[in-house]
Amino acid sequence: MLEVQAVSRSFGDRKVLDDVTFQVRPGRMTGFVGGNGAGKTTTMRVILGVLTPTSGAVALNGAPITAADRTRIGYMPEERGLYPKMKVLEQIVYLGRLHGMSTAQAKESATTLLERLGLGERLDDTVESLSLGNQQRAQIAAALVHEPEVLVLDEPFSGLDPIAVETVSSVVKDYAAGGAPVLFSSHQLDIVERLCDDLIVIADGRIRASGSREGLREQHSEPRFELLLDGDAGWLRAEPGVTVVQFDGGYALFDVDELTTAQRVLQRAIAAGPVLRFAPITPSLSQIFKEVIQ
Amino acid sequence: MTGSTTPNFARGTWLVAEREIMTKLRSKSFVISTLITLLAVLASVVIGSLISANPSLPTVAAVGSAVEVVESTEMFEVTAVETRAEAEELVRSEDVEAAIVPSDSAESATGLTVIGLEGTPSSVVGALSVAPEVEVLEPATQNPGLLYLVAFGFAFIFYMSALTFGLTIAQSVVEEKQTRIVEILMATLPVRVLLSGKILGNSLLAFGQIALIALLAGVGLLATGQNILLADIGPALVWFVVFFAFGFVLLAALFAASAALVSRQEDMGTVTTPIMMLIMIPFFMVIFFFENDFVLGIMSYVPFSAPIAMPIRVFLGTAEWWEPLASLAILLASTLVFTALGSRIYANGLLRMGAPVKLKDALVKQS
Repeated sequence: MLEVQAVSRSFGDRKVLDDVTFQVRPGRMTGFVGGNGAGKTTTMRVILGVLTPTSGAVALNGAPITAADRTRIGYMPEERGLYPKMKVLEQIVYLGRLHGMSTAQAKESATTLLERLGLGERLDDTVESLSLGNQQRAQIAAALVHEPEVLVLDEPFSGLDPIAVETVSSVVKDYAAGGAPVLFSSHQLDIVERLCDDLIVIADGRIRASGSREGLREQHSEPRFELLLDGDAGWLRAEPGVTVVQFDGGYALFDVDELTTAQRVLQRAIAAGPVLRFAPITPSLSQIFKEVIQ
Repeated sequence: MTGSTTPNFARGTWLVAEREIMTKLRSKSFVISTLITLLAVLASVVIGSLISANPSLPTVAAVGSAVEVVESTEMFEVTAVETRAEAEELVRSEDVEAAIVPSDSAESATGLTVIGLEGTPSSVVGALSVAPEVEVLEPATQNPGLLYLVAFGFAFIFYMSALTFGLTIAQSVVEEKQTRIVEILMATLPVRVLLSGKILGNSLLAFGQIALIALLAGVGLLATGQNILLADIGPALVWFVVFFAFGFVLLAALFAASAALVSRQEDMGTVTTPIMMLIMIPFFMVIFFFENDFVLGIMSYVPFSAPIAMPIRVFLGTAEWWEPLASLAILLASTLVFTALGSRIYANGLLRMGAPVKLKDALVKQS
């Protein structure tokens, strides 16, 4: 488990991180969302030791993180970069060796990864000759070549087309499935919503919400339901504990005071005639996001 | 998961150095310019040997009894002719520099008359003159022409090499900042490993190039039979290589540090100019003052000019045996100080993108 413990960081007078605390659990895809300048990149840099925190600490598996631990993190920085004139394979092998792999190990791992990411044909091309999307894939390979035990990915999906998003997310998900804690940030809330198990929301350098995706949803959803009947749903207005939000013939959107009220409404509806739809309304991630950063 | 461990300091440094070296060795422009430099060194050795091996003797025409006298001096290429008229004709047609005929006057000390075309042929007259005995109070220790060549050679090689490889380091630092790969590198390796790898890689390249030049010059001198010259230059050459090694590390650290202050190749000129001055000023000072013992003496202790000035003094024989060692100690100490300062600036500058970082900020603030 990767833990960020009460980390604060200032640049001059500007406090960029303020008492940031969260956990990235093993085997969980943890989404890290926040607006521009909210502190995501700074947090990740602190985790990687590229920046030192003004106060607070980072721990891995219960112990303060060491330089040796950090080389076992796969890191994809927000600012992308590879040597433009170096060949793709050579470059990924170089990064693997910098992480302590032997040349043979690094070569094997790099080739497998690049093939999986769809760059098998481009191994001997220079990075600058690749399209931006392909450079991005090479960047993912750069973060994963040394078979890291923890992943920290800053905006891994930006600039990728939908197919590339699928490829990359399946590679990353495999890592999580293998038991690695995975922290990734993204502006694309729909992708985060689809991929993440846990979610951390940061704004102005402070953590606004964190927890499992479902938990957050429940926490932030009003007990609201929708009902679609074959007949008229006008009787709903008279039900005790029900507040109708929207109404149109057989359709009704309503809040309830407690969940048993909703069950009672459903039983009554079935008794009255065919029920076409009955469902709880869960808020989308972007709704939760907007709500918590306010 | 397997495979990944922390590489130790030496291994990390070597990996970074290896990449620097391979990148440079693959650059066509580097290979070609090195070959040209080596060819130039070889050519100057060979041409030097040709010039000293075949000194062209003045050509003269001689008549009658003068032929024997002139030939006995072994200082001329003599064309024997029958009459004075024939000899004068050869002078007029400029086939010979002068004609030498038996003197008509009985008062002539040599018994010869030299006939020139437009003026006194002084080289011929000089060779035939009787010279008084000469004593020199302070003989020049080295042939001035050779001294100039050695001074210029050391200064130029140091200048070129320091500039080429210094700028290579600077470019490589800025490239890593500009392409942002530096963040991946910093997350993988301690910054000092990164810096030492860069310095080591480029120093090895520069050092290799210098050693190759020195070797080629030495072998060339031996092969063309100029053993005496090699014995003269040898010790100076060895000191030059030693001083170069440390002097270059010092400059390399400064180049890396200054390049870390900027994020774009376009801004590099601004920050590297002061260091270029530190290379250029000693270069011109040595060219202008290599005959001035006082100035050369001072320069041989200043860390930036010592790599050029001290070997010249060794060559001149004006340095005591301990002087190169003392100067080397000063150079070593300043290399340590400047490398420490440089690595601090480097570490603080690396993650600052955008406008050039102020030197003061890079030195003071910790990131």
